[in-house]
Amino acid sequence: MPVYRYPKIHSSEITPEDVWRERRQWMKAAGAVMATAPLGMGAAMAATPTSTASLPALPGQKSRFVLMEPSTPEKDVVSYNNFYEFGLDKADPARYAHRLQTRPWTVRVEGEVAQPRTFDIDALLKLAPMEDRVYRMRCVEGWSMVIPWVGYSLSHLLSQVQPTGKAKYVVFETALQPENMPGVKSRVIEWPFTEGLRMDEAMHPLTLLGFGLYGKVLPNQNGAPIRLVVPWKYGFKSAKSLVTIRLVQEQPMSSWMKSAPREYGFYANVNPEVSHPRWSQATERRIGEDGLFAPKRKTLMFNGYGNEVASLYQGMDLRTNY
Amino acid sequence: MLDVSKTVTRQAIWVNRGKPLLFLLGLYPVARWIWLGLHDGLTANPTEFLTRSAGTWALVCLLVTLSISPLKTWLKMPPLLRWRRMCGLFAFFYAVLHALAWAWWDQSLLVSEMWRDVLQRPFITVGMTAFVVMSLLAITSTNGWMRRLGRRWQSLHRWVYAIAVLAIVHYWWHKDGKNDYSEVSVYAAVAAGLLLWRVIRWRHGRSLASTA
Repeated sequence: MPVYRYPKIHSSEITPEDVWRERRQWMKAAGAVMATAPLGMGAAMAATPTSTASLPALPGQKSRFVLMEPSTPEKDVVSYNNFYEFGLDKADPARYAHRLQTRPWTVRVEGEVAQPRTFDIDALLKLAPMEDRVYRMRCVEGWSMVIPWVGYSLSHLLSQVQPTGKAKYVVFETALQPENMPGVKSRVIEWPFTEGLRMDEAMHPLTLLGFGLYGKVLPNQNGAPIRLVVPWKYGFKSAKSLVTIRLVQEQPMSSWMKSAPREYGFYANVNPEVSHPRWSQATERRIGEDGLFAPKRKTLMFNGYGNEVASLYQGMDLRTNY
Repeated sequence: MLDVSKTVTRQAIWVNRGKPLLFLLGLYPVARWIWLGLHDGLTANPTEFLTRSAGTWALVCLLVTLSISPLKTWLKMPPLLRWRRMCGLFAFFYAVLHALAWAWWDQSLLVSEMWRDVLQRPFITVGMTAFVVMSLLAITSTNGWMRRLGRRWQSLHRWVYAIAVLAIVHYWWHKDGKNDYSEVSVYAAVAAGLLLWRVIRWRHGRSLASTA
């Protein structure tokens, strides 16, 4: 069964800018009520996302990886985020991420490579042709989105540095700017946030280096200026605001593995049959689309990318390798 | 003596007149949800927002209910107790909405799923226990049940303290995943204060009785 086809739905599914701009006005009005809301209720509410209208356009070319499902409205994609460096509440990243310094920005690629290099972000933007890709995004918390990313396969970058035969895993380290990140005072996880992939996962064409979404460069709250997108794994694997990519011999420990080893393993593949220790992963709620009266939808094995990636895990017990 | 009883009568009149206002105040959260719903303010994940909001308001109403008694003593206003049942029933009202939201939005109203969830997730177990006990207290909150149960009514309704503890544990464990206790610890502190006041009074009462 083909999971991808060429884009058909694109522009009609995108919320017109004047519509979401108008909505945003309402959001501001909603803020007035917040002042009178009792303690704690406010935190979940004050979604006043920084406007994405001023972000430069980042056009991409057609890609074969385009999901035939309606995209989640842009206002939801940029206002409902997990980016703990800016706070634990979903609205915190949109509130505080404008403080992130995204220029100058370099990404160091090192470790088991013939040619370790430090890439400037402007060089990375030109390293390979940008593609428009539409992926599902399934958060481990039980909600999902469909996001039109702009970027290119991570393999383009990795092949530049010539991985050695010893390179078995890839470590992704993300930015740590304590003076700009109010969330890093909390000890939920170890900073800087670190994630990892197996080499074959990292080289898979679906594994994306994301530079933009909705045809514009990434808003800070979505992981500007460069992030990872691994659509068949739970969202936390897709590390934001990358600064170091290190190729290593041994399977690395990610921040979440250190924080809660019983709950988060190295692979974190989307799998409706393997429950999180504290909740089922069998179903999910699609943000912005499933209304109050819609039942949750069934979560798909490998988030629906089984045709592309199931072979990577042949013979592995996905219950123990969660 | 006559003066005191006059004051109390006057207080009782005001407390009774205030009841409709208290009722409207109790509906403020519902009005707020409707307003937010009409103005795109329920966040990108409205079901989660409403579920959590109903739970928070249930807890707020429960803590208000528990503060009536200390307030009565502090303000020397015995008739204030007449507000307590409405506060408790509002706590139950929001707890019902909270439980319904979970059953409907989280569990798709599938009894087998709900049962599994109650058994599997400790914070759901605790929350459901609190809800079941609370339902008992709500059912027996009528004048008829007060008469029928007599002295046993009061001992039954002391379970409200257990509900408060269970509700805080439920909330605390829910926040466990992110180690984010900033909000729940405020509610826990208020609940602890209200319970501590009762322990101190109870011990004080006992020592008075033993010296007498």
